[in-house]
Amino acid sequence: MLNIELFLIYLLVSILFIVAIRGLSRPNTALLSNRLGMTGMLLAIISTMFVLPEQNHILILIAIFAGALIGIMSAIKVKITALPQMVAVFNGLGGLSSTLVAFAQMKNMQTQYLDISLSVAIGTIAFMGSMIAYLKLQGNFAKILRKLPFHNVFNLALFIIMIFSWGNFLVYSTIDSLFYLMCFALLWSVAVTMPVGGADMPIVVSVLNACSGFAATAVGFSVSNVALIITGAIVGASGTILTFIMTKAINRSLLEVLFYNQTKDEVLKDIKDKTVRSASPEDAAFILENSSKIIIVPGFGMAASEAQFALKNMAFVLKNKYGASVKFAIHPVAGRMPGHMNVLLAEAGIDYEDVFEMDDINPEFRTADVAYVIGANDITNPAAKTLKTSPLYGMPVLDVYKAKTVFFVKRTLGTGYSKTDNPLFFADNTMMIFGDAKKVTENIVKDLEQG
Amino acid sequence: MTILFLFTIFILACFIGYFVVWGVTPALHSPLMSVSNAISGIVIVGALYVAAYSDNLAISEILSISAVFLASVNIFGGFAVSERMLAMFKKKDNKNA
Repeated sequence: MLNIELFLIYLLVSILFIVAIRGLSRPNTALLSNRLGMTGMLLAIISTMFVLPEQNHILILIAIFAGALIGIMSAIKVKITALPQMVAVFNGLGGLSSTLVAFAQMKNMQTQYLDISLSVAIGTIAFMGSMIAYLKLQGNFAKILRKLPFHNVFNLALFIIMIFSWGNFLVYSTIDSLFYLMCFALLWSVAVTMPVGGADMPIVVSVLNACSGFAATAVGFSVSNVALIITGAIVGASGTILTFIMTKAINRSLLEVLFYNQTKDEVLKDIKDKTVRSASPEDAAFILENSSKIIIVPGFGMAASEAQFALKNMAFVLKNKYGASVKFAIHPVAGRMPGHMNVLLAEAGIDYEDVFEMDDINPEFRTADVAYVIGANDITNPAAKTLKTSPLYGMPVLDVYKAKTVFFVKRTLGTGYSKTDNPLFFADNTMMIFGDAKKVTENIVKDLEQG
Repeated sequence: MTILFLFTIFILACFIGYFVVWGVTPALHSPLMSVSNAISGIVIVGALYVAAYSDNLAISEILSISAVFLASVNIFGGFAVSERMLAMFKKKDNKNA
């Protein structure tokens, strides 16, 4: 069934995939790496089809073309703001595919039951978790669902039942017991992902990404195919590393993200009496005109109001008319998926050379005239550094407070996702510009162009 | 023996993945996710094997053909989304226009 030529082709496919991921180390080779990935995938599909018996060929081809049509159409139609959801859906379908393959094998041939059970369990978790993530990112769930009573006890109980049903399958190896395993994996993934809040979504999506990879590996073991094993391992590694980077960037462990939903908001009560200075877009424009170094800090609020194009115009005017230096500062967990802000800024046509990661930009706030924080909150909170009682304590943040003037573009004085007050709102060098991120920025641009 | 051989490959691939992924620039973490998502659709190869050796109208045939379909959506959609994202990262010739 597996001849030498095919084996070598699978090796080539694996190498193409590795090189493809490697190519993402620099933006200018990135497009090429996507093409390499496509080439590898086409090679794998065509050569596999070529050696398989003719049986079912027509049906298979129809399935592939229908899938391709739906996949490409939805990828083209989706709005850039909805990208995190789209990626989650595709991820889930891959997971479901692994589950189905495992079931089909159960019916068809006798293989190692360990591999099959892992494909089913991990694939199902990847699928259902992604669907919940999709619905949450679409904003389909009310907040009530975030807090189930006895949430953690319930989750733990489900987890134990799931492990038990796994053991049950390994002992009895019937299709029924495999079905039970799938059901409990479904329930458990729903119970775990449902309460996770929006700002923690990048972490959940990364975990599910790793799951779909490892599910492919498990299928690879059961059909003894090295291409599946290698690719799955690389995808798994990618998801795991992204998870690690994200959890490190909020200084919480994965377990805390999934099982501990913080509710504290009593910190900094005394600060409530302090006054806030608010500014109009005109005031902000005046200060920006006289600044030579400006750092823009985008957060999810920018994505929500699609302010990236207005920001691009603002940076353009400030640079070309007023000769200022304008840089963008990105926190690793800003937005709803890893690297979300970078994609949106790139969409608006902002040069990636003007966009900096946290560790590179932090030393620069000290010399900046203005930090323009748009739709972000927790990732700039200095309490994370100084206040031991803050839930954010220990989380690396952008040092915007060091800038001469800090603008916060926000709709209200409300807290961010962590429900923690940001003392920076009340600082002497801070001005709040209340309003919609996009409208405020557009008004500033208008003033800058006239002024 | 085969299982040990496959397991060796798996562990080595994990190491390759680890080193290659750390090399990815944080700016491209979204495309990394969608590209890796697309290539995880390689599970289609497994689905093809099972489909090709299934009897007509057997449950395994229905399941495996559905798996081929789903993996195909995953693959083509994933690469198309990545292509869209990465096209935006292309260096602009007229930098500030």
